[in-house]
Parts: sequence; structure tokens; C-alpha cells
Amino acid sequence: MHHLDITGLEARYGEHTVLSGIDLTVGRADVIGLIGPSGSGKSTILRVLMGLLPPVGGTVKLDGTAVNYADAAQVRRLRERIAIVFQQYNLFQNMSVLENVCVAPVKIKKRPRREVEEEARALLAKVGLGDKLKRYPDELSGGQQQRVAIVRALALHPEILLLDEVTAALDPELVSEVLDTIRLLAKEGMTMLIVSHEMAFIREVASRVVFMAGGRIVETGAPAQIFDAPVEARTQDFVSKILRH
Amino acid sequence: MWSQIVEEWPRFATYYNFIFIAKAAGMTLGLSALGCILGTLIGLALAVTRVTRSPWLRPLRILALLFTEVFRRVPFLVTLMLCFFAFQATGFDIPLFVVAAVSVTVIAGAFLAEIIRGGFRSVHQNQWEAAATMNFSLLDTIRLVILPQAWRIVLPPAFGYFVMFIKDTALASQIGVIELTYVGKVLNNKGFSAALSFGVILIVYFAISYPLARLGTLLEARLASSRHHRA
Repeated sequence: MHHLDITGLEARYGEHTVLSGIDLTVGRADVIGLIGPSGSGKSTILRVLMGLLPPVGGTVKLDGTAVNYADAAQVRRLRERIAIVFQQYNLFQNMSVLENVCVAPVKIKKRPRREVEEEARALLAKVGLGDKLKRYPDELSGGQQQRVAIVRALALHPEILLLDEVTAALDPELVSEVLDTIRLLAKEGMTMLIVSHEMAFIREVASRVVFMAGGRIVETGAPAQIFDAPVEARTQDFVSKILRH
Repeated sequence: MWSQIVEEWPRFATYYNFIFIAKAAGMTLGLSALGCILGTLIGLALAVTRVTRSPWLRPLRILALLFTEVFRRVPFLVTLMLCFFAFQATGFDIPLFVVAAVSVTVIAGAFLAEIIRGGFRSVHQNQWEAAATMNFSLLDTIRLVILPQAWRIVLPPAFGYFVMFIKDTALASQIGVIELTYVGKVLNNKGFSAALSFGVILIVYFAISYPLARLGTLLEARLASSRHHRA
């Protein structure tokens, strides 16, 4: 059974159609790289999956069970299994690094604080932030904040992790520290959907690459196929432009 | 004027007058405190109601919107009269203090609702979204994420409003509540000069509102320096 099964997914912002019929299957421990020009709907897929933008058509199945996004209880259950990391980190500005990571597990999932904190410390140490526990988001660099955001998502013990252009807001020299963290997760078998403009990284880490344009999936394939031998003209055009940089 | 006050002072400075003024000060303080505290709670409830999304709560949202919009636009005196006659129509003998207390609470609630809602809106949308994706309920989101960040924005106008509000309770004298302004008029009618009667009242008003304003400044300064509330 597929971990995530998306069929005919449609979404709109007002009158503007942003996703028109997305079909995508994600297996367990798959790492899907979503690429494409700005406005192609890559990030929107993640927002819809997360229940931030209600779909207007199509189905999403999680482990074979369809999710009804109009049902708050079902969305809540879904959010217990899928976590998202945002492009702008979205860390809680009023909380320290440690509190950002612990707040949901402790206050929402009601897990014992001691256990959660221990785990949070270990995770933060793993991403090189063991000495920043008491710091606040505005005292950290973008790369550090993004790693906190990833740890915060991981502390929820998600089965699937959605990463929305997690390096787009970072200075180039900070990108590698975030990518290292993601690499680590991929190695550990986390199912991930990664929206990114880091083509070299996608190529390396993704098990499958999805190229999108205009709210549709244009082409799907192994990284080598998409980057070296794309079939569709639209993909060839995009890839050739990207690789020229 | 000064010699007149000096001349009047021995007659003015009686135990009875001081008790009279002290009681009135208590009334003004009581109305102000009720308005500020209950008003803040009601304002918070209204603001929270207005940021709900659930279709079930739509009627409640509309009610909250109507309440804030109406009572923010109606002059204090009119609300006061409205409450006065509404309570009279019930036929029960309701103390004037209760009538005044209800009016000030309603008014303060409506005003503070807008101030607090403004504070909510000042917190970036991404904070709400992050909380939502981690399954925070609306109340948890507000309690743990939004309010701690919104305080900074809410405090200055809220305390500005509190100070203004203390002065507005003077209108309660119009329905016969024995508060400071009322007492000023009574003393004046008893033959004391306006300068003395209202001069004393002025000092008492100042003594009530100045510490409040100081508290506001203090809280703002503390929030500004506190790591927890920097955005």
C-alpha cells in the first residue's frame, strides 16, 4: 500500500486555480523532490496536504484511507502523522528554541515534559544546536532557525515530513547545514516531500523527482531521468535553464 | 481665588466631607476597576470569538461584531441612559451602581475588543498557521502563541483607554451615581467655591489615574526588555 496516494487533487485561491488534477503516489521512505518554476503549485500541494488550504476536488489517501478535509477531526488526525517545515521557519517568536520544540508534544500531545525535553535536547544536539537551547528565534541565524523548525517538526514524530523550500530564505553559506540535516533524515527512512530550488540537492537526495508547471504535474521520474533525459519539452526547457546557472 | 480657598478650607475640611469624597472616590475607582478588568475579559472573549473560523460559530461571530461596532459608536452617556431605562423597565429595584457598572463594562468591553483584536492581527499569519499544523486548538494558539506576542501591541492603547475611561465614569453622575464628579457638584451646591470643590475632585482623579498610567509605562518597559516578548 502506498503511504500517500493523491488523485485528481484540485485547489483554488479564490477564482485562481492553483492545482488542477494532481496525481501522485508516495511510498514509504520515498523522498519526493518537487521542482518547477515559481507559481507552479509545488508549495500549494504541501499546504493542501496539511489542511491549510481546503482542496476543491480529488482525494488524498493516507495509508489507503481517504481524508475528508472538511472534517476537523480527520484533519487533526492527519496532522498527527504529517508535519510541515515552512520556508519562513514560522518559529514561535515568544518561545526559546527548546520551548519551540517542546510546546506541541507537551501541551498538545500531553507527553511528559521530561521525556520530551530529553528528546528535544538530543535532536537539537544532532543538528548542531545543542548550545542554543535558551536562545530565541530572533537571536539565531536563518540556517539555525530552519534547523530548529525541522527539529520541531521531528519532535512530533511524523510519519511524513513536508519541506517547503526550506533553504530558499537562507544565505548560501547556511544552506549546507540545513541540507545535511535533511540528508540525515532521508538516510533514516523518513517519507518526505521536498519542494526545493536546490537542484543538485534534489538530485542527490530524492528517490523520485516531480516536475510541475501551471498547477499540473508535467513529468515524474528518477532524478537522473528528469535532470539528464527529460521527455517533456517543458521539463527540458526548465532543466536546461536551471543547469546553465 | 487662593485666599478664598484658604478662607473656606476650615469649613470644608470636615470629617463628613472627607468621608463623602472618599466614598465617591471609591465609587469612581470601583467603576473604573470593574470596567477595566471585566472589560478586558469581555473584550478578550469578543476578540477570540471574532477570530474563530468554524461555520457553527458564525451567529456568535456576527453577534460579537454587532456588539463591538454598536457600543463603540454609541456615546457613553447614551449607553448609560439606555441601561438605566432598560433596568427600570424590568421593574426591579436595581441599585444605580449596578446600572453604571453594567454600562461601563459593556462600553469598555467593546473598545478593548477592538484593541485586542488589533493585537491579534499584528501577529504574523505564519504563527497561526504553524500552530494549526501542530494541532493547537484556537484557545491554545491564542494562549500560548498569540497573546504573548500581542501584548506589546495591546498594552499602550489599552492603558491609554483605561486612563480615558476613568474620566468617562464621571458621566455616571448623570444618572445619579454618587461618584467624584457628582460629589464635586454637591459640594459646589453646598456653597463651597467651584475652585475648591472641583479642585479637590481634580486631585483625586489625578491620584487615581496617574498610578495606572505609571503601571502601563512600567509594563511596557518590562515587555520591551523581556526576551520573551520581542518579535
